[in-house]
Amino acid sequence: MRRGSRLALGALVAVLLALPLLASNYIISVMVLVLFAAYLGQAWNIMMGYVGLLSIGHALYAGLGGYTAAALFVHWGLTPWIGMLAGMAVASLAGGAIGALGFRFGVTGVYFALLTIAFAEFTRILFDHFGWVGASSGLFLPVKSATVLDLVNLRGPPAMFYYLMLALVVAALVLSRALIRGRIGYYWQAIREDQDAAEALGIDAFRCKLAAVALSAAMTAAAGAIQAFYYNNLYPGSVFAIGNSVELMSAPIVGGLGTLGGPILGALLLTVLGEVMTALASVVHLDGIKQWCYGAVLLAIVVLRPGGLWPWLMERLGIAEGGSRP
Amino acid sequence: MLSLNILVQGLLTGAIYGLMALGLSVIFGVIRVVNFAHGEMMVAGMYVAIVLNSRWGVDPLLALPVVAVLLFVTGYLLQRGLINRLIDRPHYNQFLVLLAVSILFTSSTLMIFGPDARNAQVPYAFDSYELGSLVVDKVRVLAAAGALVGVAALWAFFALTRTGKSIRACADNQLGAQVIGLDVKRLYAVTFGLGCACVGAAGCLLLLFVDVQPYLASDYTLLAFIIVILGGLGSMPGALIGGILVGVSEALAGFFIDPSLKSMFSFGLLILVLLARPEGLLGRAA
Repeated sequence: MRRGSRLALGALVAVLLALPLLASNYIISVMVLVLFAAYLGQAWNIMMGYVGLLSIGHALYAGLGGYTAAALFVHWGLTPWIGMLAGMAVASLAGGAIGALGFRFGVTGVYFALLTIAFAEFTRILFDHFGWVGASSGLFLPVKSATVLDLVNLRGPPAMFYYLMLALVVAALVLSRALIRGRIGYYWQAIREDQDAAEALGIDAFRCKLAAVALSAAMTAAAGAIQAFYYNNLYPGSVFAIGNSVELMSAPIVGGLGTLGGPILGALLLTVLGEVMTALASVVHLDGIKQWCYGAVLLAIVVLRPGGLWPWLMERLGIAEGGSRP
Repeated sequence: MLSLNILVQGLLTGAIYGLMALGLSVIFGVIRVVNFAHGEMMVAGMYVAIVLNSRWGVDPLLALPVVAVLLFVTGYLLQRGLINRLIDRPHYNQFLVLLAVSILFTSSTLMIFGPDARNAQVPYAFDSYELGSLVVDKVRVLAAAGALVGVAALWAFFALTRTGKSIRACADNQLGAQVIGLDVKRLYAVTFGLGCACVGAAGCLLLLFVDVQPYLASDYTLLAFIIVILGGLGSMPGALIGGILVGVSEALAGFFIDPSLKSMFSFGLLILVLLARPEGLLGRAA
């Protein structure tokens, strides 16, 4: 890395760390949304970006993580840190099962995407009738005053969630970078480009793909658990909604599939755009204008820059990007 | 006897589902593109019929041709202007383009008509036919009859007309079709338009007995997917049979188990079919 970019990176880290001290509560809450979207995008990107497995049902994993952590906390007072691990385990088992079924029976492409939707919707309706977690009337976490800082029980101000998610985004970035440059990353890319050729070279595609699904599901579930404690309520209809899965995919797609920085750039752009649109919608009092602009931007980017904005930006800045584009 | 009533009701609804899914199936069978905005287009068409109904008291059955033509034009232009350019892109990219289109459709209906549920007023809304102990709603009978006419018309188009035969040729062998001088891109646009017209017609028929709401659109898209996969993506008789299967199973599950569980039943069925026979009950292996 050149000295200039090292300095720029240092400055960026300093700004990100100091942000909650300087910015208003509104800015912090927007940044929390950006970080959630970035992290979830990074998790989804492992499946789609690196292995080429399109999942439109990732809300399932976020929901399982959130519900597991929240239910354990509400019913047994278990700390969300253990709940989060339990949720990650549940989600990676679910992902592993869906993946194993799909790969075993040769469900590929569009059909695999539909399979992920089907499982997410199936679970949504199941949870609507799951009394232990409040069924369709929802599961609520006790709300404490925002001045309390209880890291063990994840009760605290938005700034706490900001630092937590910032740490997760950085961790996911480091992990993705290590994976994509390691043996499994090359296996994944080989499978993405041509599974038959990869298998002919002796790569166990079934196990590699399964690992990707389980890892992606577990990572997603971690954010789902934190989201549950951030929002303090869970409804099957909103947690498992297909709209959540689509929103979660948008950041990495807009930023650039298979790139390391893409999900983060996409999350920043889309969340800020969403906030501007929300402000605009409250001025013009028109339901749907926010989603309309969102759809228009998504359409424009997918049609005009199918590779995403990150590779384009890096090219402009003359920096070699470290990811792996499909 | 009550269960026979339920069965017949499911059968009639299923015929309309069949017409709706037929649109999706035709588009996929010929262009190999999954129309992720299918239910959204239907809801847009239903709103046109609602406007005609509430402003001028037009019966949804009479509004049907207008809606079908409007949606045909919409689909034709969409294929010409957008999707034809993306034919060679990877599947996921096309998927996302149509997903974005579906968001545009839903938010447009939301902006224009608001979030409230609306319904069409017809004078015969509460009439019914009695056949022994069998009682069926008049609206459902009319709607199912309309759906069968629509299916028959589409079948006749593909079997008898020159354009229809050309489209089938494109579906069978795109390169061959180009070699003999067929304008594949125009035929694709006609196909997409027809698929949209089908779903628009189905929407008008459904409007006789269901309320319309912008957010229902994605449920219909998923429903159409379930039906089409069940019957076999790209298979015309498969779509009709899948529609009837889903209509009946929904009616029975809604009656015997719990109305809110009926779509879980359908998704369970979809998972099983995807795993056991992804080409569907009547589909050809891909």
